[in-house]
Amino acid sequence: MAVAEKIDTPLLDELEKGPWPSFVTEIKKARQTSPMCDDLLGQLELSYREKIGHWKHGGIVGVLGYGGGVIGRYSDVPEKFPRVAHFHTMRINQPAGWFYTSDALRTLCDIWERHGSGLTNMHGSTGDIIFLGTRTEELEPCFQELTANGFDLGGSGSSMRTPSACVGPARCEWACYDTLKLCYDLTMTYQDELHRPPFPYKFKIKCAGCPNDCVASIARADLSIIGTWKDDIQQDDDAVAAYAAEGVNIQKDVVDRCPTRCMEWDGAKLTINNRECVRCMHCINVMPKALRPGKERGATILIGAKAPIVQGALLSSVLIPFVPEEELEETVKELINRVWEFWDEHGMNRERIGELIQRVGMANFLDAIGLEPVPEMVSAPRDNPYIFFRTDEEQA
Amino acid sequence: MPVPIEEIAEEMYKMVVECEGKRNLKASDLTKAMIAKYGEENCSKEDCKKALRQLMDSGRTVYSYFGGSYVTLPKKEGAAPD
Repeated sequence: MAVAEKIDTPLLDELEKGPWPSFVTEIKKARQTSPMCDDLLGQLELSYREKIGHWKHGGIVGVLGYGGGVIGRYSDVPEKFPRVAHFHTMRINQPAGWFYTSDALRTLCDIWERHGSGLTNMHGSTGDIIFLGTRTEELEPCFQELTANGFDLGGSGSSMRTPSACVGPARCEWACYDTLKLCYDLTMTYQDELHRPPFPYKFKIKCAGCPNDCVASIARADLSIIGTWKDDIQQDDDAVAAYAAEGVNIQKDVVDRCPTRCMEWDGAKLTINNRECVRCMHCINVMPKALRPGKERGATILIGAKAPIVQGALLSSVLIPFVPEEELEETVKELINRVWEFWDEHGMNRERIGELIQRVGMANFLDAIGLEPVPEMVSAPRDNPYIFFRTDEEQA
Repeated sequence: MPVPIEEIAEEMYKMVVECEGKRNLKASDLTKAMIAKYGEENCSKEDCKKALRQLMDSGRTVYSYFGGSYVTLPKKEGAAPD
């Protein structure tokens, strides 16, 4: 076991105070087995002191044949902190829904202690298992061990990023389709796009089983597949009454919070106008024993979300309001092929699909991928009053 | 007549060599250039994908990342310490 060299970190130590988990505490624990962690703390302390980042990012680092999964990182002060002169990140494709056995977790950690710093991030914002900090010469051996144990690298750069899914029907009764199966199928179908970057920029796919959207697909994914239902909310009146008897204020906490005001409560009976329901899930979340998603289940497919990087954040727009579960995989793949074709042809360097749609206009985009505009694509009525109807021309 | 994958790979490699140090090429730049050169009936996107894979698997070219992913010649990483 390595004897950790003590580096004073007064600024980082501040981040250990308070009741919250601290990444500084965790890195300090890892010093006992990983000498890299000492230099990591030292460089981080220097960055806090000087208010300057000391990592150089990018370049040519990877495993043979792959263009994704490794994010190159070097220290710009290697003479001071030689043990983190290389500190590359590896992204490992997570299992759908993030289900692991203890053995799998132990295997991953053992591999990473042999080939890297031992520090992990479970998980990154796209969903991958993140291995933090290794040297260039350790990348191939680490990759070989990972593949020998059934793991593979995830996406990075201008590739399809590792698809992710919520726990879906494995643990959640609200799942309106099998998110785990779809996520796995898409991952296997698009291996080439995942490992060999073909696009103008990144492309993220996230599968959420219901409108609660536990994977935040509507805010993060270029293609969001969000479970929903077409028929009426399933309602158990006795269970509603039981909630009321237990003290739930159904008028205040359920009816008044419905975004479309589609429910009424007369003190004994809850009436839902399902035609006005926008599937926000609020009432179901408040009274899970009384209300359930309908029986005719499937998903809404949306496009164009992204977090702010080159440009500002975007939320997804509806592309297909409802696809029955049994047609979902085929529809998603057909749609992906059309969207990629258009993006490949017209996308500028580092332009996400949502930005491209903003640039060319949704109408042109829909026309190009062969979809008819439908009312469900409209997120809100237009509030610009300057609309001129050319009634003469229309009548002519 | 379909162009052999090896020939497409060779042409792609020449293009990468010519552009080295002048312009970063994306996979799609190479694909579009090959289709323009040979015509879509003789050189499909799928053929270009196979040719690129051949170049990568042989190590003649590598993927690099400079804000986006590019196809470049292998070289010592500029940011790497000596």
